[in-house]
Amino acid sequence: MKFSEKWLREWVNPAISTEALSEQLSMAGLEVDGVEAVAPDFSGVLVGEVVECGQHPDADKLRVTKVSVGGDELLDIVCGAPNCRLGLKVAVAVVGAVLPGDFKIKKAKLRGQPSHGMLCSASELGLSEDHDGIIELPLDAPIGQDIRDYLQLDDVTVEVDLTPNRADCLGIKGLAREVGVLNQLAVNSLAINPVEATTDVSRNIVLDAPQACPRYLGRVIENVNMQAKTPTWMKERLRRSGVRSIDPVVDVTNYVLLELGHPMHAFDNDVLQGDVHVRLADDKEKLVLLDGEEVELASNTLLIADEQKALAMGGIFGGKASGVTASTKHIFLESAFFTPEAIKGRARQYGLHTDASHRYERGVDYKLQRDAMERATALLLSIVGGQPGPVVEAVSQADLPTDKRVELHRNRLDRLIGIHIDSDKVTDIFQRLGLDVTYANDTWTVDVPSYRFDIAIAEDLIEEVARVYGYHNIPSASPIGRLEMSSHREQSTPLMLMKQRLVSLGFQEAITYSFVDPKVQKSLFPDFDALELPHPISVEMSSMRLSLWPGLLQAVSYNQKRQQSQIALFETGLRFLPDASEAAGVSQQPVIGGVLAGQRQAEHWDMETTAVDFFDAKAAVEALIATTAAPQEFSFQAIEHSALHPGQAAAVLRNGKQVGLLGAVHPQFEKELKLNGRTYVFELELDALSERRLPQAREISRYPANRRDIALLVKDSHTVADILACIEKFGGNQLVGLNLFDLYRGKGIADGYKSLAISLILQDPARTLEEHEIQAVVEKILAALSEQFEASLRD
Amino acid sequence: MDLEAISKEAAALVANATDMVELDKVRVEFLGKKGKLTELLKGLGKLSAEERPAAGEQINKAKQQIQQMIHARSELLRRQELDAKLAQERVDVTLPGRGKASGGLHPVSRTIERIESFFTELGFSVKSGPEIEDGFHNFDALNIPADHPARANHDTFYFNPDLMLRTQTSGVQIRTMEAQKPPLRIISPGRVYRNDYDQTHTPMFHQVEGLMVDKNVSFADLKGILSDFVRNFFEADLEVRFRPSYFPFTEPSAEMDVRTSSGKWLEVLGCGMVHPNVLRAVNIDPEEYTGFAFGMGIERLTMRRYEVNDLRAFFENDLRFLKQFN
Repeated sequence: MKFSEKWLREWVNPAISTEALSEQLSMAGLEVDGVEAVAPDFSGVLVGEVVECGQHPDADKLRVTKVSVGGDELLDIVCGAPNCRLGLKVAVAVVGAVLPGDFKIKKAKLRGQPSHGMLCSASELGLSEDHDGIIELPLDAPIGQDIRDYLQLDDVTVEVDLTPNRADCLGIKGLAREVGVLNQLAVNSLAINPVEATTDVSRNIVLDAPQACPRYLGRVIENVNMQAKTPTWMKERLRRSGVRSIDPVVDVTNYVLLELGHPMHAFDNDVLQGDVHVRLADDKEKLVLLDGEEVELASNTLLIADEQKALAMGGIFGGKASGVTASTKHIFLESAFFTPEAIKGRARQYGLHTDASHRYERGVDYKLQRDAMERATALLLSIVGGQPGPVVEAVSQADLPTDKRVELHRNRLDRLIGIHIDSDKVTDIFQRLGLDVTYANDTWTVDVPSYRFDIAIAEDLIEEVARVYGYHNIPSASPIGRLEMSSHREQSTPLMLMKQRLVSLGFQEAITYSFVDPKVQKSLFPDFDALELPHPISVEMSSMRLSLWPGLLQAVSYNQKRQQSQIALFETGLRFLPDASEAAGVSQQPVIGGVLAGQRQAEHWDMETTAVDFFDAKAAVEALIATTAAPQEFSFQAIEHSALHPGQAAAVLRNGKQVGLLGAVHPQFEKELKLNGRTYVFELELDALSERRLPQAREISRYPANRRDIALLVKDSHTVADILACIEKFGGNQLVGLNLFDLYRGKGIADGYKSLAISLILQDPARTLEEHEIQAVVEKILAALSEQFEASLRD
Repeated sequence: MDLEAISKEAAALVANATDMVELDKVRVEFLGKKGKLTELLKGLGKLSAEERPAAGEQINKAKQQIQQMIHARSELLRRQELDAKLAQERVDVTLPGRGKASGGLHPVSRTIERIESFFTELGFSVKSGPEIEDGFHNFDALNIPADHPARANHDTFYFNPDLMLRTQTSGVQIRTMEAQKPPLRIISPGRVYRNDYDQTHTPMFHQVEGLMVDKNVSFADLKGILSDFVRNFFEADLEVRFRPSYFPFTEPSAEMDVRTSSGKWLEVLGCGMVHPNVLRAVNIDPEEYTGFAFGMGIERLTMRRYEVNDLRAFFENDLRFLKQFN
């Protein structure tokens, strides 16, 4: 809400600066977002009157005028504004004036005619964007007065960002009340007197939905003059509140909205037929709104209607057909209480947000309707004239909010705030807030006024006490708790351990968006239907990720475009897999994944610069597996996967169950993903890594270990894992170490074969092994290898 | 040749020997089986029994002298040889070491880590939860019924009216309170989502929320713990202020600002005393227990802490940006 400081100070005028007032409001929970001068700096602009106005002899569009600014001499001024005319009260920049933008007014000649000053438009004074001509001041504007004084331009617009609970401050009246409380000052009240009816014309009002609208006041005003102009003072206040002037009737309803915080609406009475009904819309009932848009209404929407048709969306937006126009003769004025429940969310449902809906959905004082009606009537009569009819009030007492009484016990206050505030002080705070309060038996009983609809429970009262007492006056304390040790489980692998392992391997942690480009995702995972966001930020961010890969690969491309030649990134987070068995239809799985591309390490003076390959990615996976201390439970299996290179793709299994993937991105995607060269990815389910084995120490053998190396020749189709598993199986307990230390294909080895060099470490826990025993184990292994894999010893 | 001459000659040769091979030649020449001194010793037999001991002694003395000389020379040569070898093995200790540079954690993780450590030290436990939430956990249980104006402020990404990307991690608190009874001390870091994207907003960001529920937890306690937090986080004795605000799930509610070096107040977090409706929604008796809750935006804190100017940098994953935090 924006308001003019001067307007507020007419209601309550604390002896503090603008800055202090802003600070005070912010610290009371009405956060001041900005303070802006209502007019830029300028000087030398006076109220003047055009006392002669003639055509310029040499220019069709110019007029030659004589203007009085109260001195002895009349000023010759040439003016080009179409609305310049005899008798007009104008804003005159006299010679020596400095207008915004450091524009100095000097004596001049325009097409041969002397011009000693300038008649100003609102835009030339920086008051609006309005270029429609010079400012027309009221006829009673005192000639010669500085325009800054006359229009009270030494004022600021203060913008407060009100929280949803403080709708009572969405008007000058409410703000003034708050400022009064904070400064312990009385607030000037606005005298609102009933305006006597001078005609009998009225409309009957029917509350068809009394729960949604328990009170509706209507009044006909006949013979209004729509050609009348909104007075400058009112236009200025509207402008300073960020509201555009439209026509006098709309301006008055907006003015009352700003002043009292109560929305109003005016209809063209000639459009209305019969009684006014306040009812819920029929499903799919149509209404053309003031902005010309036709909406199809839902049955939860409140309508103002007559006996024939829908007129307006109650509490939200007027209808076009029933709106007041320049040709309107009689108006029907509405002042109603719509319940928050009936308005909440409705405007948004139609993509609307209006000053009225903003207030009604937060709450409007249910006792303010008559005041608003009388205030608006009086203002209207003073501008557009006319004959008011009687105020017709339809009310359903049973559906109106009831006056609330809230109790607060001393202990509850002390316990929640943490300090003891004197009872007198607390009572005083309530009284200043306008609450009716009694204090007895350590309990405050508070009658909440109708405008503080946010106060409903004891905690609300506690907040009021704390707020007015000042949060800064409540000392800080240290919470007291019991020192109970929570349970700690060593078998749970800490996520940080996994992250640190990857960091040690040179990986940089990334954080990518959880929603990715559906096109990329569909390419990589054509078999899955990802969850889509119906209203995303952009199409590229609309598909919930099925894997960390789309985001990480995008990061690779991003970095490659920026000349990064060594990329190793990892991420942890949730992936979202469609899963009908889950409540939300989606399984949210925590995973850890990574991506590698380019060089293995930075160029080094003593190391060859090599490109990463499958086994760098595998090393990362193995490092993660190692955190479980149970690597024997994991295995790798060649698989085919839509996203991966068919010859470089592996499933990671724990105890035979797939828990992750690893491989080279299929080269066919390199172009689409804008990848520069081979890129390797992996992803593991964190749940599969979350359990780690507790270490179990064993006796270290004191007897010598014996190493035997064997060089095997096997078909390429046999996997190393199978061969090593066989060796382990037949090696028995005395085989304590097993390592593949060389792999060779090529010269000297037949096509389709490979040579494996494997070291065996044999040791017994209780004695020194004899040569023949060692030999026996090796023989047994070789025999098994020969039988199962047709492996032979390489010469 | 007399002994003296031999000794002199040996001494000169030893002194001139420049390596071990040469030195060994000298040894053989004088002390070897056919060496000059050995020959002299052999010649002792020709002397009389009276002369023999004295002459023998003389020769042996000379022999010892030569041995010593050879030994000393050999020590010297050995040392020189070693020195030369070591000199050859000298490396430029300023050359970079071999191996891979390690990577690092994302600055957001780093901040979350720090915050977790502050609070776990005080007995808070770290909880996490789903990011796709239902309406009950994201809104209803937090005293934000459907159509509440506060919902409009959340810019929620909905999948359908009852399924959404969480706008806050508060759902984790609700789940914790559903499962555990007070006393409770938890923090919940994680990703949250708002449909908003501009200079100062990204549609995804991180929050850490905290909750303490116990008997007699007060607003003064909340002020204390958060003031301590901010001073620890920024490692500076910053001026802080608590400003009344509004959140449907707390009453009273506050926003906490810190005074920056430029003198301006910067909002860093929202907090308040847990609303009795929230406690009731999870079957905790508000007559018996009170609690405080707070929530802070991690990116904003991280930006302030490490002077990051552009929020979007956190999700671009530019290595040049990330490596600054290693």
